Amino acid sequence: MATWLSGSWQWYLAGPVIGLFVPALLIIGNKVFGVSSNLRHLCSAFVPGRLEYLRYDWKKTGLWNLVFLIGIVIGGFRAAHWGAPHDIAISAETKASLTKLGIHDFSGVAPHEIFNWHDLITLRGFVSVIVGGFLVGFGTAYAGGCTSGHAISGLANFELPSLIAVFGFFAGGLAATYLILPHLF
Amino acid sequence: MATTKNIEIHAPGQTEGKLGLLAYLFLGVAFGIVLTKSEVISWFRIQEMFRFQSFRMYGIIGTAIATAAISVALIKQFQLKAISGEIISIPEKELGHGIRYAVGGTIFGVGWALTGACPGPLFALIGNGVSVMVVAVLSALVGTWTYGLLKPRLPR
Repeated sequence: MATWLSGSWQWYLAGPVIGLFVPALLIIGNKVFGVSSNLRHLCSAFVPGRLEYLRYDWKKTGLWNLVFLIGIVIGGFRAAHWGAPHDIAISAETKASLTKLGIHDFSGVAPHEIFNWHDLITLRGFVSVIVGGFLVGFGTAYAGGCTSGHAISGLANFELPSLIAVFGFFAGGLAATYLILPHLF
Repeated sequence: MATTKNIEIHAPGQTEGKLGLLAYLFLGVAFGIVLTKSEVISWFRIQEMFRFQSFRMYGIIGTAIATAAISVALIKQFQLKAISGEIISIPEKELGHGIRYAVGGTIFGVGWALTGACPGPLFALIGNGVSVMVVAVLSALVGTWTYGLLKPRLPR
């Protein structure tokens, strides 16, 4: 099997390819690349309640994006089955930091010690999956975008709101890494 | 600067035909593959980034933005039309007081570090077999719904 299919990609290949999704979506249908809108579309489709925020024609505005989202799941499934499974080649420093934190199993894309069904009822499983997921949903809705919509689409279009949002992403990520994670293990 | 009234949802044109939707499905599949192969879906990589222990994630995000920026500039320069026929336009986001971007962004950032995934990767991880991420997605939906509930009372 070709190595570009079985192995992981260098950053200088991965970055530009990710960036090309912005013009691809614009050229195909004048769509702005942004994944988190789908969380809103899914709420609107299934549990709109009486919330004004969720009362709109999700099929008209979001069907294309939900189809794109289904594609992401399929693509993740396909790619995961190419080549032999290998550990993520993180730096020795990171491995040392995470070992100190209490991670012992470095196989797979996410640590099995946190991201499994049994550990949902432990503090670190609950905070990582359930609290973390909630904050992703709430935060992206409040900010009106995530890494794709703000960091990539927004910054590529030189929008100040997106720059503010991206500073927020990093402030939040650093706070969680240094102030919350050490207390979960 | 062109502003559009509908700032939150980009909704030009009409609902796509089946053939159009197929194009988005293919692009989505490609994106899922790229997210996986580039390892940006990995909790380990996100930790490496937030600990500033590797250039990799910064290289990926930086070159992604640069590639997208050059593409957008060219599209604007030549006033390209989409295949669907419309002139391509990107609605500007409304700044307001900027609070929603700073606070919302920070809240998302905490979630990003905890789950090790932003919304695209959450779904790619389900495809990768990290099935418990279904719970993270459901929780994210509750979060988005909660935002809808509180929206009238939140500072913008």
